[in-house]
Amino acid sequence: MASKLKNIYLYTRYERFWHWLQMALILILLITGFEVHDQITLLGYETAVAVHNFVGLTWLIAFAFFVFWVFTTGEWKQYVPTTKKMFEVIRYYSYGIFRGESHPVPKRKEAKHNPLQRLTYLSLAALLLPMQMITGFLYWGYNSWAAWGLSDLSLQLIAIVHMAGAFAILTFLIVHVYMTTTGHSLFAHIKAMITGWEAVDEQEPVEEWEKARERQAPVT
Amino acid sequence: MLGIHWKPVLMGALVVLSAAFLGTTLVSGADTPSPDQAPGRTMAQQATKSKALWITTDHTKIEKLQKTFSSGDEVTAACLSCHSEAAGQFHETIHWSWMASAADAPKRYGKAGDSINNFCISTNNGTDKGCFSCHPGWEGQSGAINCLVCHGQTEINWGESFEDYQAFAESDDPEELEIAAELQSSIQTAVQSVGRPTRQNCGSCHFYGGGGDGVKHGDLDSSITKPSKSLDVHMGTDGQNFTCTRCHTTVLHNVAGRIYTQPAALERKSLIEDDLTSKITCESCHSATPHKKGSKANDHTDKVACQTCHIPTMARALPTKMSWDWSKAGKLKDGKKYKEKGELGTVDYMTIKGQMRWEKNVKPEYAWWNGSIKSTTVKDVVDPTQVVAVSAPRGDAGDGMSRIYPFKVHRGRQPYDKVHKTLLAPLLSGKEGFWNHLDWDRALRKGQAALDVPYSGEFDFVDTTYVFPTTHMVAPKENVVSCGECHTGEGSRLAAISGLYMPGRDGAGVVDAFGWIMVLGALLGVCLHGLGRIFTNGNGKKET
Repeated sequence: MASKLKNIYLYTRYERFWHWLQMALILILLITGFEVHDQITLLGYETAVAVHNFVGLTWLIAFAFFVFWVFTTGEWKQYVPTTKKMFEVIRYYSYGIFRGESHPVPKRKEAKHNPLQRLTYLSLAALLLPMQMITGFLYWGYNSWAAWGLSDLSLQLIAIVHMAGAFAILTFLIVHVYMTTTGHSLFAHIKAMITGWEAVDEQEPVEEWEKARERQAPVT
Repeated sequence: MLGIHWKPVLMGALVVLSAAFLGTTLVSGADTPSPDQAPGRTMAQQATKSKALWITTDHTKIEKLQKTFSSGDEVTAACLSCHSEAAGQFHETIHWSWMASAADAPKRYGKAGDSINNFCISTNNGTDKGCFSCHPGWEGQSGAINCLVCHGQTEINWGESFEDYQAFAESDDPEELEIAAELQSSIQTAVQSVGRPTRQNCGSCHFYGGGGDGVKHGDLDSSITKPSKSLDVHMGTDGQNFTCTRCHTTVLHNVAGRIYTQPAALERKSLIEDDLTSKITCESCHSATPHKKGSKANDHTDKVACQTCHIPTMARALPTKMSWDWSKAGKLKDGKKYKEKGELGTVDYMTIKGQMRWEKNVKPEYAWWNGSIKSTTVKDVVDPTQVVAVSAPRGDAGDGMSRIYPFKVHRGRQPYDKVHKTLLAPLLSGKEGFWNHLDWDRALRKGQAALDVPYSGEFDFVDTTYVFPTTHMVAPKENVVSCGECHTGEGSRLAAISGLYMPGRDGAGVVDAFGWIMVLGALLGVCLHGLGRIFTNGNGKKET
């Protein structure tokens, strides 16, 4: 089982920047959002609303940059879901990890995400976050609903969906932060997300299907 | 390779800056620079810019007012000899008739009609002469108008002055004649000091409604005569020093304001939309979006009345009466009628009136309101098994015109007819009144007969409520109700308001519960997983 570690440059500058900006924005949104929903008391309602609105709108713009990045760089392929090796990954986290086994799908430049991550991050980026953005924007624009032809929309419904999304994101955050400790050392993954360099097992080359960077030259 | 990369730092800063810039633009939605103060304030200041009202007549120089006056009627005649149309105009107003709009027929709303409250209950069709101390005539509704109730700028007791003058003027004693001359001189001074109504004029009745200072209204009492700006931003003597008529725009002696079932204004219009509109609403001068551009408060003005946030508490200087239990009236001490004072220096018990509770700095109660009040008359059948709303705001969340509005709710306990299920109107003052003989049955018989309504002879007491829209005592902007006082799950000022979803006040029900279970479950899960890794010494880092 023993393996040799090698350093690979896994996360580009923009990717790292986006990750940590996202973290900051989400943390602020979670804290202020829970205050607006009267679950915690910290800044005072008025300030919480102002900060939440500002950061929420900032997020919309930042997310547009992410969408641009993910499509122009072809990184979207990293998010294509698969069931291949899914079982192995689940087995690893629920059993193998306690036995000191190696991860069945080690990180590679061409394949940063294991099948479980692909599914999780795709759900986040394509479903949960857009849902939060749409409901959040509608919530923010409540007073313009009539002008937008949305008079029949229910604020309560929007608020509840937005709230459900917030709980889902917080739940993800807890598991996600915990998972960063499952690298070859407790802070290895976090360090990688700061520097871009991740130490991975040398063995087990990436399989063809996993590769994101591959580009077929057009047949002439 | 772990050195500082400047490029990403710069790029990051750029993105954050652009995001912040765009965010600001979106939030404020403004392409013009925001002014130093809220536009609604600027507007109102412009609307009231020329404060110096000018007058073309000095009444001390009017010959007709130099004569000897021996009765009120003579004074009125002198006024009307120039102001020929004044009496005709004034007789048409509610200030004289004490009757609400004829449009309410066949109901006879009004003090002089069938309306009742939970204070002194009724004027018994004008039979209760005690009520007329506030009527703007020399004696009741039959005599001439006393123009000087509203226009007199000198305080004088007319009744005593004329009575004494008449007595002394007929004397042969030169000393008494001298006194008569002095009395006449002060009468003339009072007759000649004429002006537009001041807060003192209006307040002489409106501050004392219900039989004492601050009894009826929580936002109108003698402290408004010379209020500080902190008590009332508009009327404050150290501020705008508005008179009542500054907002209660008066046309042909008709003073703008709410009248029983009739709203104070039928439309929400500002002076920009109609420069001749009545100034009775806040919006007349301040517009519907008075706050700074982009302010969330502007988004509230469709559902929340200005008063709701800008009058955090009423009765800030003097206490106001909050409840009145007539059923406790009639107790004697040593066989005599008595009074008891409470902590606030107010009369809390009176043999003739019963038990009363006073409060200062009262938080209003809130309700949807479309501007008109549902009123009860002596003829309306009520349900005595419940608290009877003698008056209640009309409106609800869905009618498109109601807004959330602050009210003083006065709670009473007053007599009702057990057979006819109507509220009863006892006669209170005078020889035949309850205050004299303390006999409920006798007072009720007299009072009901005066109103020409039946009384079965069987009565009991029922709990009632009576509402007053709160609109005066607007606090300086530093003291407005904060967002969190309403947008909170516990102790929200608007806890009783239904028909809308309020962020912060309203939870998400099962979603909240399920959400926290999910979050705690995740925490527990990762903790157990982590512990598992520690105990099994796993983590895939078996060193060789």
